[in-house]
Amino acid sequence: MTLRDLSKNTPARILGFNASDQDLETRLREIGFAEGDQVEALHFGLFGRNPMSVRLNGALIALRKTEAEAVMVEIVSA
Amino acid sequence: MPDVLEVDVEQKTARLALLGAPNCGKTSLFNALTGGRAKVANYPGVTVEYRKGDFDLSNGQGIELLDLPGVYGDCGHSMDERVAIDAVRGKLKGERRPDGLVFMMDASHITTHLHNVLQAKNYGLPMVLVLNMMDMAARDGIDIDVGQLEAMLGIPVISCVAVRASGRAHLLDFLSEWTGDVLHGSAALPDPEAETLKDLQAKARHITGGAVSRIVQAETMTQRIDKIVLHPVLGLVILAAILVFMFQAVYWWAGPFMDAIEGGFGWLQGTVESVLPDGWLKSLISDGIIAGVGSVLIFLPQIIILFAFILLLEASGYMARAAFLVDTLMAKVGLNGRAFIPLLSSFACAIPGIMAARTIEQERDRLTTILIAPLMTCAARWPVYIMIIGAFIPNTRVGFLGLQGLVAFGLVIVGIIFAMIMAFIFKRTLMKGAKSTLLIELPSYKMPVFKDYLMGLWDRAKIFINRAGRIILPASIIIWFLASYPTKEDGIAGTFAGMIGSVIEPILRPIGFNLEIAISLIPGMAAREVVVGALATIYALDSEAVDGPIREVLQNSWSLPTALAFLAWFVFAPQCLSTLAIMKKETNGWKWPLFAFGYLFVLAYVAAGVTYHTAMAFGL
Repeated sequence: MTLRDLSKNTPARILGFNASDQDLETRLREIGFAEGDQVEALHFGLFGRNPMSVRLNGALIALRKTEAEAVMVEIVSA
Repeated sequence: MPDVLEVDVEQKTARLALLGAPNCGKTSLFNALTGGRAKVANYPGVTVEYRKGDFDLSNGQGIELLDLPGVYGDCGHSMDERVAIDAVRGKLKGERRPDGLVFMMDASHITTHLHNVLQAKNYGLPMVLVLNMMDMAARDGIDIDVGQLEAMLGIPVISCVAVRASGRAHLLDFLSEWTGDVLHGSAALPDPEAETLKDLQAKARHITGGAVSRIVQAETMTQRIDKIVLHPVLGLVILAAILVFMFQAVYWWAGPFMDAIEGGFGWLQGTVESVLPDGWLKSLISDGIIAGVGSVLIFLPQIIILFAFILLLEASGYMARAAFLVDTLMAKVGLNGRAFIPLLSSFACAIPGIMAARTIEQERDRLTTILIAPLMTCAARWPVYIMIIGAFIPNTRVGFLGLQGLVAFGLVIVGIIFAMIMAFIFKRTLMKGAKSTLLIELPSYKMPVFKDYLMGLWDRAKIFINRAGRIILPASIIIWFLASYPTKEDGIAGTFAGMIGSVIEPILRPIGFNLEIAISLIPGMAAREVVVGALATIYALDSEAVDGPIREVLQNSWSLPTALAFLAWFVFAPQCLSTLAIMKKETNGWKWPLFAFGYLFVLAYVAAGVTYHTAMAFGL
């Protein structure tokens, strides 16, 4: 599944990237997304749950559907 | 040996660049170290602004500090990021490469951003890592072993609280020693190894794993606030409430100050009229300069209140939240998420807004943003809105809100709605393609630094006052001349201004504009608020018009439909030469500025016409 499919307050782990272009993957990595990191969706926009904001290592990152779909994740069982 | 002594006495100034992610506190540190004595300059070729400032360390070593645009990695996806990276690589024409880098980082975000430090090490410049806001990191339960971090990174690491003198002391002591090493070449880093971003991230995670411990994943203050502020519905309600309050406050709080300024100019006018003999000089000073400049300067209190809010929202960290909340709408119309900041800057003035569009990576998205930026209610429109609303909208209350403030808020909203509509149209016609994106970090909430805040506010006030001097003053003199000669005997119609005005008046008559408005719109090409000064001068010279503040004069000379049509015109108001000039510069040609002027003119004309005839039909 991708980051986009996460529901609120469900911790997940980043598996890798599935970006259509290398540039998007680079931008995601540069702002802090990396394999093995834990992410959690916290807030969603009003229309179509777009954009979303996720907690990543103590930082709060806002991203749109296009970006979120490029991050592959798996849910961490508590 | 005098030669050696000479060398020792003549110390070289060290050039250091502040590098780091957006919102990590670079500008606070820059202001604190340089005392805000910054030169704002443009990089050659592009017009991305950067700031340079000088200060001396306690040992007398001179430092030239560069405040660069915030950047995460070393790729440079947008124009401003490329400038920051080119600067540290020494690739900017006419700029010497920095001697050393001060890499700044929000200590709370060390895990997310440490790989950016490893990337920056590869620039091959001596570098120090400054962990800012260590106090807040500690509060959030993050413990950083600075010694171990230094050992693992292979560069000096300094903990810092940039906004407090005691929090900077350690950094300043360190710089005294380190800059010497930098200049003597003994702080150089080993040659970089070629590593992928993925490798660097893994390495960074290994380092933070050893040197950083997070005691509790406690819910921070920011997270608690965000639960309410970023709620999809409640968040938008709060944002709307903040904006309504802001526009109300502009009217509530400015009154006494405006009365004082109005009284001051009235007294000045009275004094001039009683001291000077009748003649052209008296008319020029009283009707031309004092009426023209005074009618614009009177809005200084409102401009200051407006910016007091905007700067507070920015400094507290709320602005990025506002961007997140409205992004749901921006995504719908196809605007780039990064368009929010340029559009928001356009509420001050479209010029910095259009320049700020450089942070947008996709060219078509950048163009769309530039085209709609003039629809945001810039500060130059406020004098017009305030004058007309003050004169024609009754000062009554709707519930607990003032009607005047609500009308102003309404005009701003209409501008935003049309910006969204136009963006929607442009993105589906002229600017097809390019998927819209958003990828930003929402900073933690902070208490604004009072000194930085006041300095920002003072900068805005200075810009407004300078414009009154540079643009309004000469414009007032020209208008006074045009509206006084060759003869005033038949009223305004016999003057140069009347002759020019009568040429375009027929075009504007169908939308309810009179000769005086037609005349004022011509100098109003220079800047929108010139219209206010021009009207003041024109009516001050008109012997038939009543004497008194411009507000009362207009009440007696204009019908309500004309006043409303005038307001509607100014929501779109294409006229502003500076905006068109910056558009030409940023798009490399006249095509887009002319297009923008054309579409704004059509919108303004239609809006004013519809407003005028609707108001007439309702018998207003």
